[in-house]
Formats: sequence, structure tokens, C-alpha cells
Amino acid sequence: MRETYSVLLPKMNLGELTGRLIVIEGTDGVGRSTQIKLLRPWLEQQGHAVLDTGIKRSQLAGKGIQQAKEGHTLGRVTLSLFYATDFADRLENEIAPALRAGFVVLTDRYIYSLMARAIVRGLDPAWIHNVHSFALKPDAIFYLRIGVDDLIPRVVFSSGFDYWESGMDLYPSEDMYESFRKYQTALLAQFDKMAQEYDFTVIDASPDIHTVFERLRAGISRVLKGEPREPLFARPATESAAPDSDSGEMDGGTQAHRPEAEP
Amino acid sequence: MKRYGEHRFPGKLFVVEGIDGSGKSTQLMLLHQWLQSEGYGVVFSEWNSSPLVRETTRRGKKKQTLTPATFSLIHATDFADRMEHNILPLLKAGAVVLCDRYIYTAFARDVVRGMDRKWVRELYNFAVKPTAAFYFRVPLEVAMKRILEGRSGVKFYEAGMDLGLDEDPEKSFHIFQGKILEEYESMIAEFDLTTVDATLPIEEQQAQMRQIVKAKLTQAKRLRVAP
Repeated sequence: MRETYSVLLPKMNLGELTGRLIVIEGTDGVGRSTQIKLLRPWLEQQGHAVLDTGIKRSQLAGKGIQQAKEGHTLGRVTLSLFYATDFADRLENEIAPALRAGFVVLTDRYIYSLMARAIVRGLDPAWIHNVHSFALKPDAIFYLRIGVDDLIPRVVFSSGFDYWESGMDLYPSEDMYESFRKYQTALLAQFDKMAQEYDFTVIDASPDIHTVFERLRAGISRVLKGEPREPLFARPATESAAPDSDSGEMDGGTQAHRPEAEP
Repeated sequence: MKRYGEHRFPGKLFVVEGIDGSGKSTQLMLLHQWLQSEGYGVVFSEWNSSPLVRETTRRGKKKQTLTPATFSLIHATDFADRMEHNILPLLKAGAVVLCDRYIYTAFARDVVRGMDRKWVRELYNFAVKPTAAFYFRVPLEVAMKRILEGRSGVKFYEAGMDLGLDEDPEKSFHIFQGKILEEYESMIAEFDLTTVDATLPIEEQQAQMRQIVKAKLTQAKRLRVAP
């Protein structure tokens, strides 16, 4: 049965949440939304009803956060709590109803991004974990992992450096490139730490879009078929060294603590 | 993140708590007047007043889409904004800060709405511990009488209508405030709240309050001379 990370919200009947909750995590500009755009029609073709959702898309708080960020005036604790409000609204009003109706919920980021950003900004990890401890545990968390050096060209040639994605509130400097580098390096370190703690499925996001898509598809297929988490999700103790018969497709889906398998 | 707990800033923080109709706002207003006349730099900070978050809270309340979780979190967001941009800098600057409602209001309301007791307390652990927290203790019936005589009607969330306690707003309000009162009672010992008998004459309550505040303020002066 579905679980939360510790606290149960009122009226959240876990037994009813029969759908699948799949999280796509990763830093800014790594290609999460591109992948979700590809995944949705693919899932629908197979007959799954899909809800896709993401940070700041709540009816309640999405607009407020956007306005507040434009002014750059929110404190760190305040911003984290505003995001948590947005998340709670989406969890209760979008994600849980969809799971109740048997949907596949694809979420662009989840509590992990929110916690990583807060911790990088100096907030107490125990505090920020508690704030989000009402979150539902997903069926799988796919972490699109990329190094800063691979990330920079993507950002430069698409959206350019953004104030918040460069952590300018944290590393104010004349040089946005330097801030971006510092901030994203710190974020990636937090993600790597969480990859182990929360059992992320790590997917190397440096290859082309199609290769990443194939790897994600393979991982999601497994989740939807309800196949055992091994070998993709196995803990080191139970993991067999021999590759599984269909692991050819799964090279990217290595465990966080294993060195990345290059195809 | 710094957990301020018992702060060491030069300013002082006094808060009033109690159910609706306990008379706490009146008492705080009188204290404010007195402190000003005594020459202190006093600033009043109201619950639920941050301009940045106000819009969102209003949207949720108007459309009645707030759940216990989002109700709790949006109020915590608002409080955090006031803490970071208002209360903390003022305490650092040496002001006397007065708050009508503080974290104890959130503890009482959110728990009555079904949020986890420990979770809510942890949520607010970025808050500064008040120099003194006055709890205006009043029997439910007395408070109800004061409230229902004084206003035209109670609002949806004020009456706890989101909890489905009763279809009649007045009855719902009654049940809801009763539950909040129970939460307050259990917090007196937990947070060392200074209890004031809110059925006493207004002047008498105010005299008690001033005496306690005065003691804390003179202490502060002495501390600043000899740390």
C-alpha cells in the first residue's frame, strides 16, 4: 500500500490511491519537461490516463510565488514554505484525486528539488524534511543526472542564465556564469546525496534526447508492469552482479552509488 | 538555518493569545499606548498581514479551496515573511515588538483541523521565543456572547466550517472555538504561557500585564549595562 514519508494528512485515504506516481527529478535545464512531453503521448498510446504536473502549477499558490519571485524580496524560509504550500495544494487537489482514479501521475520535480534548494540556501535539513514529510512516497523517482560542464552549454543555448537558477540570491556577483556554476554544483551535490537516501533511479542525462527517452521508457515500463525492483532498484546487499536479460536498455538506470554505466 | 529559540537580540517580544472574544486585542492596544507614552520604540505586528502572501491567502479563503494542510502552510508562509522581514530586524534594532497572535494560534487551529501536533510545532521552529506570551483565559460561553453580540456573522474559516462540524455557522463556530480552547489549555504548561483571567475588569487585566512587561523591560536594561 502507498505510504507517506511520515505524517498523514487529514482525509488522505492511502488505500484508495491506486494509480502510479512517477517523479522526474533533475536540475534546471537538464531536459525534464522535454522528456515529460515525450512520455505523456507514449503512455497514452498504451492506454494509460496521464496527469502531468509540476512545481508552481497550483491554483492556490502558483501565481503568488511567481509574483513574489519577480520582486526578489522573499526570505529563504518564506520562499520554502510558499513552495511547500504550492506542493500541498497540488498533492491534495491534483495528484491524490488522479491516483484515486487510477491515473499515471508524471510529476516534473517533487519534494526533492524543493529540499535541495532549501538546504543549499542554508536551511536546516531536518526542518525542511519535516515540512515535506506528508508527501506520498512515489512508485519511482527517475533522476536525470548531468554534470555542470554538460549543463552549461544547454542553458546558454536555450534560456540563458536566470536569476534564481543561478542562485543570485545566494551568490550575488557581477558574474552570473560564476554564480550559476557554484549554485548548480551545490545543488547537484545535494541531489547525489538524496539519490541514495531516497532510492533514486539515476539516468545519465548527457546523451541526446532520444537515448534518455528510451532509458526512461524502459524504467517506467518496469514500474507499470509492477515488475520487481531488482535489478534496477536493488539495494547493494541483494543485488546480483550479473546483468539481467533485458538490462541492455537499462544501462542508464544505474544505482546512485554505482559508477555510471556508459553504453 | 539559525534556530533562534531564546533570542539574544536587544529587542523584546510580547505576544497575546486566546480564543476570539477573549479581549486580547484590546489589551494589546492598551499596552501599546502605555509603552509609547513611556518612550519605548514600539512596533505592532499583526497575524496574517504580510502583503506578499496576502493575495494567495485571500484567493484560497474566497474560493474555499484551502485544506487543513494548505491552510497551515500558507499561514506559516505568511508568518515566515513577517519573521524574516519584520520581527527579526526589529528585535535586532532593539524595538519592543507586539504581536496579536503568534505561533500558538497556529498550533491550536492546525491541530484542531487534524494536522499532526508534532509536525506543526516543528514547522514553526524558525520562530523567536517571545519574551512573554500572555494567554487570555476565558470560558467559552463568555467569549461566544461577546463575539456574537459584536458582529454580524462569522466567516467560513473562522467558524471552522471547512471541518463539517455543523451546518449552522454559529453552532460550528461554537464547537470549533471549544476545541481551540482545549488546545490552548494544554499549551499553558508546554510553552510556559502567562495566563491572564480574561473575565476580570479590563483595567485589572491591563495592570497585571503592565507589571509583567515592566519587569522584563527593566531586566533588559540592566542586562545591557552588565552582560
